[in-house]
Amino acid sequence: MSNDHDHHDGNDAHELRVSKIRDGTVIDHVHGGQALNVLAILGIDGSNGEEVSVGMNVPSDRLARKDIVKVEGRELSQDEVDVLSLIAPDATINIVRDYDVVEKHRVERPDVVEGVLSCPNAGCITTGDEPVTSRFSVLEDGVRCSYCETIVRDEIAALIDT
Amino acid sequence: MRHDHLITSKQLSRGDIETVLDYAAEIDDDPSAVADRHAGTLLGLLFFEPSTRTKMSFETAMKRLGGDVVDMGSVESSSVTKGETLADTVRVIEGYTDALVLRHPKQGAATMASEFVDVPLVNAGDGAGHHPTQTMLDLYTIRENAGLDDLTIGIMGDLKYGRTVHSLAYALTNFDTRQHFISPESLQLPREVVYDLHQRQDGTGIKEHDSLEDVLPSLDVLYVTRIQRERFPDENEYQKVAGEYQIDGDTLEAASDDLTVMHPLPRVDEIAPEIDETDHAAYFEQAHNGVPVRMALLDLLLSDDKGIGGGTDE
Ligand SMILES: [Zn+2]
Repeated sequence: MSNDHDHHDGNDAHELRVSKIRDGTVIDHVHGGQALNVLAILGIDGSNGEEVSVGMNVPSDRLARKDIVKVEGRELSQDEVDVLSLIAPDATINIVRDYDVVEKHRVERPDVVEGVLSCPNAGCITTGDEPVTSRFSVLEDGVRCSYCETIVRDEIAALIDT
Repeated sequence: MRHDHLITSKQLSRGDIETVLDYAAEIDDDPSAVADRHAGTLLGLLFFEPSTRTKMSFETAMKRLGGDVVDMGSVESSSVTKGETLADTVRVIEGYTDALVLRHPKQGAATMASEFVDVPLVNAGDGAGHHPTQTMLDLYTIRENAGLDDLTIGIMGDLKYGRTVHSLAYALTNFDTRQHFISPESLQLPREVVYDLHQRQDGTGIKEHDSLEDVLPSLDVLYVTRIQRERFPDENEYQKVAGEYQIDGDTLEAASDDLTVMHPLPRVDEIAPEIDETDHAAYFEQAHNGVPVRMALLDLLLSDDKGIGGGTDE
């Protein structure tokens, strides 16, 4: 893994696009175009007053183009980080306190995600009015509904329950 | 492992299946031995989709064990039409009964319902999902007629929507079987099912075909299912494929004399009546086997000392 600080590489243009945060989380190395899905999967829409900055299609060494999301004043939980892996498998999570990165880790794919995705199968019991939380097991190349067993490989982001 | 609910055939090991089939055979030999085993026991029948035969089969099984059934009646006359959730319905009926049998049009309904109840719940069909008790009686019939090991089986017809087919195919991966799936292209097994079957078996035992001809001579069992007209947007399309998946005396000329022909019934015209009187026909026997098999399953689920697989594992 390269020490890929390409958004802090001294190039002022990049610095301007995504400003530094004081305390919070920087989600880096999100595949280009997925930043808004990252926010959706985390349930962040700015309605709680969080300060969020998003950089999209920023040049990157590791990914040709990447997105980057910075959330001021919020440290992501492990559960949230795990869920992120479904749409941003290469993401790095930087926890920032007082402008310093105090923790840096890669996302890991969980075995199961609950209450995050909604099942695309109209015949699935979870799509009705039942008091049931959606549950998907995470496969190597997709996710699978624990109720109707439908497998989704592409467009997982489209299932994000917002 | 002990199961409190029977939701899918996937949950059953070879040991579980053998426990049920052996016990069903015992009951079949001497039903009177279990006639009072569950006196006073009430089974709740929750059929959100009509299925007179499956319901009657469960009802007969429970009564032959000395118990009784309560039935929520038709969906039209029940509180379901008032918008009650399935989760609420099962929690209410659970209070009246010792076990529940659920048939529901939505996939995953039995899995969800089982999360809300403590009494044993048996899935009697959840949409295009699973129908494990049908699988058990299919396996029982196959074992009686052809044995379950070193078995070559052809499964033909609507493989896409046929939950009985999916359940059976999963269960058969526990045994030494070669499975040939024969269907029109538009009604092939769902890719999910193929994926699972390959996960469960190395894949060499699973083959798909669009014609019966090539595989028929090698089969010990031919399991036929109905191709439904309503699956086809266009009547012509239906007519084109339907005939190819019907069998009659001429078709079976090429088959082994020992071929067993099965069908979950009801049939329409997939199997010509002339087959009924031959040694090939096992479909009525298959339907009758539903009672001893469901008696065995219900007894295993309802007995504290048994349970499916209970006592067979250390
Ligand atoms: Zn589902």
